Amino acid sequence: MVLFIIFCPIVAAALIIAGLPARKTALAASVLTLATTLFLLGSFQQGQRDFQHVTSFAISPEWHLSFTTGLDGLSFVMVLLAAIVTLAAVWFTGGIDKYENAFYACLLLISGGAIGAFASIDLFFFYAFHELALIPTFLLIGIWGSGNRVAAAWKITIYLAIGSFILLIGLILLYQSVPVASRSFDIRALQATAAAGQISAEAQRHIYLLLLIGFGILVSLFPFHTWAPEAYAAAPMPAAMLHAGVLKKFGLYGLLRLAIPLLPEGARHWTSLLLVLLLGNIIYVGLVTIAQKRLDWMLGYSSVMHMGYIFLGIAGASVLGATGAVILMFAHGLSIALLFAIAGELRKRTDTLLFAELGGLGKLMPFAGLAFGLGAFAAIGLPGFANFAGEIMIFFGAFKNGWEMERFHIFQIATVLALWGVVISAVYMLRAYRKTFMGTLHERFRSWKEFVDLRTDLRVPVALLVGTLICYGFFPQSFVRMIAPGFRTYLSASKQP
Amino acid sequence: MITAPELEIAVLVLGIVILMFEAFTKNIDKRFLAFAGITGLTTVLVASFFVAPGRPPDQAIGFWSFYTADPLSMFFKQFALLTTILVLVMMIDYAPVVRRSFPGPTAQAGLGEFFAVPIFTCAGLMYMASAIDFIFIFVSLELVTISFYVLVSFTRRNPATLEAGVKYLVLSALSTAFFVYGITWLFGATGETNLQRIAAALTNPSIEHGAALFGMVLVLVALGFKIAAVPFQIWVPDVYQGAPTPVTAYLSVGSKAAGFVVLLRVLQLFPTLPQMQRLMVLVALLTLIYGNLAALPQTNLKRLLAYSSIAHAGYLLIGVACFDGPAVTFYLAAYLLMTLLSFAVLVIVAQQTGEEIADFDGLAKRSPFLAFAMLIGMVSLAGVPFTAGFLGKFFIFNAAVAQGQIALIVVGVITVGCGFYYYLKVVRAMYWQSVAKTEQIPVSGLSRIAISALIVATIWLGVYPQPILDALKR
Repeated sequence: MVLFIIFCPIVAAALIIAGLPARKTALAASVLTLATTLFLLGSFQQGQRDFQHVTSFAISPEWHLSFTTGLDGLSFVMVLLAAIVTLAAVWFTGGIDKYENAFYACLLLISGGAIGAFASIDLFFFYAFHELALIPTFLLIGIWGSGNRVAAAWKITIYLAIGSFILLIGLILLYQSVPVASRSFDIRALQATAAAGQISAEAQRHIYLLLLIGFGILVSLFPFHTWAPEAYAAAPMPAAMLHAGVLKKFGLYGLLRLAIPLLPEGARHWTSLLLVLLLGNIIYVGLVTIAQKRLDWMLGYSSVMHMGYIFLGIAGASVLGATGAVILMFAHGLSIALLFAIAGELRKRTDTLLFAELGGLGKLMPFAGLAFGLGAFAAIGLPGFANFAGEIMIFFGAFKNGWEMERFHIFQIATVLALWGVVISAVYMLRAYRKTFMGTLHERFRSWKEFVDLRTDLRVPVALLVGTLICYGFFPQSFVRMIAPGFRTYLSASKQP
Repeated sequence: MITAPELEIAVLVLGIVILMFEAFTKNIDKRFLAFAGITGLTTVLVASFFVAPGRPPDQAIGFWSFYTADPLSMFFKQFALLTTILVLVMMIDYAPVVRRSFPGPTAQAGLGEFFAVPIFTCAGLMYMASAIDFIFIFVSLELVTISFYVLVSFTRRNPATLEAGVKYLVLSALSTAFFVYGITWLFGATGETNLQRIAAALTNPSIEHGAALFGMVLVLVALGFKIAAVPFQIWVPDVYQGAPTPVTAYLSVGSKAAGFVVLLRVLQLFPTLPQMQRLMVLVALLTLIYGNLAALPQTNLKRLLAYSSIAHAGYLLIGVACFDGPAVTFYLAAYLLMTLLSFAVLVIVAQQTGEEIADFDGLAKRSPFLAFAMLIGMVSLAGVPFTAGFLGKFFIFNAAVAQGQIALIVVGVITVGCGFYYYLKVVRAMYWQSVAKTEQIPVSGLSRIAISALIVATIWLGVYPQPILDALKR
């Protein structure tokens, strides 16, 4: 089943290249993937911390390398996110003027790579599947991008290539840091080794730093974030939805998956560095976001900024914060995908996303306005959306963090500063909403007759994204029951949710 | 049961038969000779899997004191055979170009030699893989080099080719001189030419270690020329660009692999000289930096591949400096697949348009198959997972991490980033750029099979490396 979820998009991509009708095949594959994921969700045993549905194929006994896949609560949430956003992104694709087959194939490859990375228990394939998205992203931005696509495509590709090779060095160091007899790429074996205390504190510090920089580049941690807004602004919107919504979460997922169980000492050692960097994401990038004059750049920066909260949840090392981080990853993926989708539809109609040339569009396209508004409210973190559940858990978890520090420690300062991020995101999101959909209609559009709202069928993906956000906004507990058991083993037991 | 030396003899006989056949028959399609060569070499390749193991080198006497049939040598013999077969396939596609730029009375003048000489080179490469005595290394090295003199300047109406031929001849002769001089110093210091016995003699404290070290350095200079390591890389771009494209592919794979197998043999026997490791680290660093930085601004694909060949020598040297033979060998196997894949596409496309990267504009429209093959070749050279090139880099970096070679790791990661830029430039041309011409590019059946096999092998090794790892342990 898990193998089916991974390979369904990849095989569909191959079939599309081979000549099957692109849109139908892509839609069928993503519906099938989502349906299978939901079926697995139904049969998922909650409260367990082990991987479920494990399958394994040996690749190299000498290197302890095997293609092992399986899902636990953490990876399940990510796979669900990937399946939902893939369906929405494929559904929103339209009006491709050249190489339509290749476009859908690239989208499905990114999706399959992301799902494969989340579902791999073996570190080698965890890494390799993520890289599967690199070339499709390069092609998507390069061939179908807009604006400054050439520079953006180079920037994202080279940033991510170097980031992932730094990550690779970190993973190799992790592999070699345990005694020869117990070396393995299997995460479960490594967790057992780490539990036995076989990874020395010094090695943990080195590995954690490498992983933090490597994953940090992939997640656009300040100051490695500059590729993200540029690439998302230039990318065709379905690609931006998948990349910002799903693929970028790979780095955060990696830190949760590796740093918390395997490298507690490394995490403790680099806590203050991480706090400074994540405040850079929240405060500095937040202020930069306010200053943006274009909708797509604004959304790109806002997605960078929200990564800061998730890092805060990871840095706090409490079960509450880490669980909140996962929920926010899920919620942010959905909300940013929705916002990018609406921005893409706007760009198709208006050929510009400059705030100065937009305005009053809510009258012409009420449904798009409603969808964007809901997405913006979710991104700000209004109660009722899953984003709120994630953020509040992160703030509580970080304030009363898992490191058992003295009163008035750096975490409390960082949390208080990070809270202002909510205000900042309210400022830029509401301003963007006002300048785009509210106010008087911009004179450019007054003469336009055939300005139409979203196609009727596009209400399905919008409803899917918003519905999921609200559903988990009211019932985050169903995620908590899946995610938290995995963290309880490693994070301090006294700070349970 | 077949023994290892019979393989080389078979290859030599094959070469002589093809030459004689060409000389004494008239009015045949010369491409028949290439098909005969491919068939013969394939037979030898199959036979090589059924070879009886030779004696271990430490108790070898007589013939076996300069010839070994260990797993490493068998692996590289198969490597040389496979390379030569694929190069012959490329040469068939390249034949029209040779006919245009080779002076001769008949329509197919010169083609016979063009197809026969690589078989002798192959024999030389196979001997080199087995050589464990400096004299024998020298003789087989000369067999390779002299046949390359002929091949590099084969299309001699082309001034660029002539220039390449002269440069290769002069610098290669110089490096040979260094090699012989190095051997004499080693012989003078130890009184031996067999690698095993030199190593044994070096443990004797009464030996002049300075003299031996000096001899080793001179030998390394000559090998550095073969593998295109900085600072002995000056010849590479011009020769690679000027030589006929299949010969360039052969140079960059066959010649380099032979250089590395000798380097591995020479270095594995000298773990007692720590100076050697420091020297290798320095050379690896310089090679990585020079190869990758110089490749960045290239606009000619053949020249780009020349610099990329220097860059890959750098990654291979990381493995050598960390004394990790299997990693180097795996990397070479991956390098063989992806380089020959790229050259095979280049040979076909260059005849339609040209060798500049800009000539690949819109290849995805003109021939999706060739564009996909080139895409796989380029991403594998760059090091994207699920291709052989990534696993090669993975093993190399693994060796560097194990040895704690921080400088090599840092420079290696940065240069990988450079690599992504210049390899993806080709991908960009093929897929992004608008199309100048729209007619399809024809691909012959044999090339289609060879290219498909290379694509499959590149991805297969990138997912399932165990066959190569097992072959080295046999």
